[in-house]
Amino acid sequence: MKKANRILTALIFVFLYIPMAVLIIASFNTGKNLSHFDGFTLRQYVRLFQDDSLLRLLGNSLVLSVLASFIATVFGTVASVGIHSLNPRMRKLAMTLTDIPMTNPDIVTGISLSLLFVFVGSKMLGRRDSLTFWTLLIAHITFNLPYVILNVMPKLAQQDAALRDAAMDLGCTPLQSFFKVTLYEIMPGIVSGAIMAFTMSLDDFVISYFVSGMDFVPLPVEIYSYTKKPIAPKVYAMFTLLFLLIFLLMVTMNLMQLRSERKKVKGRAL
Amino acid sequence: MRKNNSVLLSTPYIVWMVVFTLIPLGVVGYYALTDPATGEFSLRNLRELGMYLPVLWQSVAYSLVSAFICLLLGYPVAYYIAHTSEVAQKFLYMLVMLPMCMSFLLRTLAWVGLLQDTGLINQLLGLVGIGPLRLIRTPGAVVLGMVYNYLPYMILPLYSTIVKIDGRLIEAAEDLGCNGLQVFSRVVLPLSAPGILSGITMVFVPAVSTFYISQKLGGTDTILIGDVIERQFKQGNNPNLGAALSLVLMLLVFVCTGIMNRFGEGGDSKGGVIV
Repeated sequence: MKKANRILTALIFVFLYIPMAVLIIASFNTGKNLSHFDGFTLRQYVRLFQDDSLLRLLGNSLVLSVLASFIATVFGTVASVGIHSLNPRMRKLAMTLTDIPMTNPDIVTGISLSLLFVFVGSKMLGRRDSLTFWTLLIAHITFNLPYVILNVMPKLAQQDAALRDAAMDLGCTPLQSFFKVTLYEIMPGIVSGAIMAFTMSLDDFVISYFVSGMDFVPLPVEIYSYTKKPIAPKVYAMFTLLFLLIFLLMVTMNLMQLRSERKKVKGRAL
Repeated sequence: MRKNNSVLLSTPYIVWMVVFTLIPLGVVGYYALTDPATGEFSLRNLRELGMYLPVLWQSVAYSLVSAFICLLLGYPVAYYIAHTSEVAQKFLYMLVMLPMCMSFLLRTLAWVGLLQDTGLINQLLGLVGIGPLRLIRTPGAVVLGMVYNYLPYMILPLYSTIVKIDGRLIEAAEDLGCNGLQVFSRVVLPLSAPGILSGITMVFVPAVSTFYISQKLGGTDTILIGDVIERQFKQGNNPNLGAALSLVLMLLVFVCTGIMNRFGEGGDSKGGVIV
């Protein structure tokens, strides 16, 4: 039974990784066809860096997701502290508002925001291009906020109120006790919320597709346009480099976590 | 005094969420109830909705089938990961997460290269004298695309519930005379119900509203509700009808997740009885 399960698990990992392997192999292909390997070349990598149009779009995506996730993290953490001290009924209302973008399909979120921006922009303000970088940023902050709130709220509920009271007894103002005690306690939630928000933002296609204008195109929206025109093989080169980067990042994060856990175990043993 | 001050911190957030989630839904409702040509109040879009019912049911059927297949494939994987060594757990969890961080557009495009008539799978089949088979532009290809893209969303919640199951409960069941199958069906499976429900929701919601997967892997007979909505907006057909369809899709998703949550509560109380 255990062995069968092991084989099945291995097969499913193969299934999950085969399409990515196809893209990585395609990045070394002299031909343009995904399903036919003509010969080995590194030309696509040279092209990727010679003509920086793709890298500029990747830069767009990075700027957008860093900015959106940073604003959402600060805004969301402050909001969580506020929601935490609301009365139960108001807190339930705030959490229901938080659930709406989480439950709603992306396409509905994207369309509703785009209709709002177009409605306000063209009907009320009379602008011709109501979809800009700023509307895109607002949309990203909006769908990032719930990830921050849902990661920070449980940490606030777990925190030890006695520690805060102790800090205030020792002469901290409420603000000081927040920065010296509470912030430290809820930091893991803030970090995981920020990471989640950042990856959601970087990867988002559907919402961006509906709310981005001509002035600022994030990478996934550009990749989507390849549905209509043939895909440039240097896209595969970029995919390969991103894959390597994310893989290395994840491995390092895991190793660091393992090491710190081992230290803790050792500390306990002593 | 201090309490009042921190309460105020939530106000900007509540205002933001009302302005950028509730009001936009109101605007969708406004578009759904206005005539595309004249801009006046009309029920025309709502009357046209009936035409799209078959597409809606087709989307629901495809995503339910995909969610079910994801559960069948994902459960053994999650179970396996939850029962390996701690280091292996971390590494395998990372391997499940990794595809979620890579462009889903490109990964879906890779399936085109695998499935098309001259694609890699047909080339392999050709070597053993089969084919070429028509793999792409079929309902099967769309389901495959959904399963492939959303399988990690099933595995992760399943893993986090299975890994929390108290090993002593399994031992107790064994001591009380359960065989392997009984331990699974009476202890492990009921205790993993919350993971199963959240996994199904997390697969169902993006699958039922997708348009890229069906555009790339499907044919003319596998059009989904997401495709129809996308076309109303992006190919300039009729945003007002698109708005009405979005409302229907939203309603469908809220009803489905509501049912799931209700089930979840029932499952929990049952679990309590067992424990």
